[in-house]
Amino acid sequence: MAVKVRIPTPLRKLTEGKDEVTAEGTTVREVIDDLEKRYPGIKERICEEDGSIRKFVNLYVNDEDIRFKLNLDTELKEGDELSIIPAIAGGMC
Amino acid sequence: MDFTEEQIERYSRHIILPEVGGRGQRKLLDARVLVVGAGGLGSPALMYLAAAGVGTVGIADGDRVDLSNLQRQIIHSTPRVGTPKALSAKKTIEELNPDVEVITYNERLTRENIREVIRGFHIVLDGSDNFPTRFLVNDAAFFEHRPLVSGSMFRFEGQLSVFKPHEGSPCYRCLYPEPPPPGLVPSCQEAGVLGALAGVIGVLQAVETIKEILRIGEGLSGRLLIFDALRMDFRKVRVRKDPGCRLCGKEPSIKELVTYEESCELQRSSCET
Repeated sequence: MAVKVRIPTPLRKLTEGKDEVTAEGTTVREVIDDLEKRYPGIKERICEEDGSIRKFVNLYVNDEDIRFKLNLDTELKEGDELSIIPAIAGGMC
Repeated sequence: MDFTEEQIERYSRHIILPEVGGRGQRKLLDARVLVVGAGGLGSPALMYLAAAGVGTVGIADGDRVDLSNLQRQIIHSTPRVGTPKALSAKKTIEELNPDVEVITYNERLTRENIREVIRGFHIVLDGSDNFPTRFLVNDAAFFEHRPLVSGSMFRFEGQLSVFKPHEGSPCYRCLYPEPPPPGLVPSCQEAGVLGALAGVIGVLQAVETIKEILRIGEGLSGRLLIFDALRMDFRKVRVRKDPGCRLCGKEPSIKELVTYEESCELQRSSCET
């Protein structure tokens, strides 16, 4: 199943500048693995070496943080949107 | 409510609003807001807080005005290049509204000084440019029970939320538990930022701060606003209180302020020159 994935600014250089891409999968884990196939290098920006999600990156299915659902096992339905939202720090700069 | 004639005229467009009124304007004049960073976000936020008649404004910034700041840091100006940002911002505010008392902290906030500084204010507005400061400000605001209006930006994208863990809502660490390791995430200095984006996010921070002072409307506490300037898209996602949060969760492991390393050398030099 194809889902829409929103790519944040800092990761767009890995997706040829695209702010929205599609990837296949029925869980968040599958979608991330598929993203990695399409855009090599993206997974390590999202996940630690052990596969867990980095602590300064959040993944949302629609408007819900997957940490408060089933984390990487959170299921995706047709029409769902996965958003990658990393912490950003700039203010003064 | 003891307004002068001049104040009644100056704040007439506020006073006429039923949600503000004379009573609300008095709250604003009695309010004390600390703004961390007189930069891209702090500049517009400070201008609107001052214009609104927020009675006491603290400005914490250890930097000096640089020519490359003026593309977005609108509280400063060309003749002020080289002067400390906190003082430059103070001058602009004093010209804008003599009702506002400005307290400057012409130094970087650190583990040693931040709690005492925050204690003197009711609300903290974070417009800092680095993760160590963001986590320091969050933790200190939590320990001092102060609402935190947090904004940040990167290239064409901004984020905004309000954290009030002392009232049972999430803190910044519930959203992002730890900062990225140094060097992983580029700073704006390396990546660039759209100047006017700072205006959007900084002014929204002022809006949330004023709502918080007046206790009107629905604040962004428990929600994160994400603004994409290129798509002109405002989105909100849920921010939940994390029961496992190391700071404000059920079994906290952070019991005092911690210091994180700077994200990059470039940034450090920009903060200290």
